[in-house]
Amino acid sequence: MSPNASKLSPTPGQTVGPFFGYALPYDGGENLVPPHHRESVRLHGYVYDGDGDPIPDALLEIWQADQHGNIPRQEGSLHRDGYTFTGFGRAATDAAGHYQFSTVVPGYKDGSGKAPFIAAAVFSRGLMNKLHTRIYLPDHASRHAADPFLSSLEPEELSTVVAARAEDGSLQHDIHLQGVRETVFLAFD
Amino acid sequence: MSTETVNLSDRGEGSQDQISGEIQAKHAEYRQKLDAGASPSVQPDLDFAPYRSSILRHPTKNLRHVDPEEIELASPAFGHTDVAELESNLTIVHSGEPLGERMVVQGRLLDGEGRPVRNQLVEVWQANAAGRYIHKRDQHPAPIDPNFTGAGRCLTDDDGWYRFLTIKPGAYPWKNHRNAWRPAHIHFSVFGTAFTQRIVTQMYFPGDPLFPLDPIYNSIVDQDARDRLVANFDHNLTSPEWALGYRWDIVLTGSKSTWVEPEGDEA
Ligand SMILES: [Fe+2]
Repeated sequence: MSPNASKLSPTPGQTVGPFFGYALPYDGGENLVPPHHRESVRLHGYVYDGDGDPIPDALLEIWQADQHGNIPRQEGSLHRDGYTFTGFGRAATDAAGHYQFSTVVPGYKDGSGKAPFIAAAVFSRGLMNKLHTRIYLPDHASRHAADPFLSSLEPEELSTVVAARAEDGSLQHDIHLQGVRETVFLAFD
Repeated sequence: MSTETVNLSDRGEGSQDQISGEIQAKHAEYRQKLDAGASPSVQPDLDFAPYRSSILRHPTKNLRHVDPEEIELASPAFGHTDVAELESNLTIVHSGEPLGERMVVQGRLLDGEGRPVRNQLVEVWQANAAGRYIHKRDQHPAPIDPNFTGAGRCLTDDDGWYRFLTIKPGAYPWKNHRNAWRPAHIHFSVFGTAFTQRIVTQMYFPGDPLFPLDPIYNSIVDQDARDRLVANFDHNLTSPEWALGYRWDIVLTGSKSTWVEPEGDEA
């Protein structure tokens, strides 16, 4: 095959629409680890629109390193075997606009200086294209100040990309597509 | 729940003329910017009011430019544990044959340099030949086809090819405005070698008379970019006495950092 000399223009995205519910979500999609796994943590929250109303037809995907900061290379996200950590999860919001995952807190390698995070992609009816964001962990607060991305954010922006530890130990994280608490979404250079 | 939102997004206020006028105004505004030297737009406008549901569902702040981190330059691995060969055939899911024009849709998944992207997951979903989704939310009075679900998956092969056997979906009405109809399309969800390249989009069919009327298709304000969502009829892909053939290639976004990744690292 001959690589094209000139750069090709990308295929544009389009909204996921209202009818993805029977095609994209799958059994076990939200469980990166089984909920009763010894190190499992529940990551959950709501997706909101610009009026502050929850969105019942949004889809979230997360992609992350394991507890030790290793990037998974194992297949099997679509058919979980209950043991292999593949790093990928997918969950639709329910009728109340709520989503949840069972996962682990991603670790980090010493020396990077950056804070680890869960990468997230957001899709919704009414949203023309995917949006990328990051979910940082309260567990790593001491690394946040030194992280170049996090330290570039205003305090009110910072709170939109760091999950909160709830009293029951779960990680709570809402996504606001629009509004005063609008989530910081990313464009990659 | 604000009633205003419901009015705008779900009750179908407004005429096609009004929506078409708004679309034309958006496109004219874009062409003016182009003429003034702006660079071409390659993605849909997130803020595109003719699609009423987008009004409260688009970010109003500029996306934050960042260098992707290591995790974002990688992507989940999918393999034959995940996808069975038969899942690319949407016509054999039930005991009988679905009604409609049988068709093959195939194409290549490429990166911005034109190189094939191998072993990546491609998922599709679509309406049946009558324009009806199996989804419970689709309540329009077109028949459900008991032999068609309309969801499929495959992995791209070593040359980046994907291929589905299905039936041609019908156009369908929706409630964006009065008498609103979507051009026939197949929804695609695709992964690249980097999570940054994740794409969900829709593939359309050539020559659809509904194109100028559709706020979703036209949220991509650049004509060349819109054309990239339209498949080509390809007689070489048709099979005698069996199926029509459409060709549609998908090009992933490149981030400069992804281009230097070594190839052939699939497990
Ligand atoms: Fe659709």
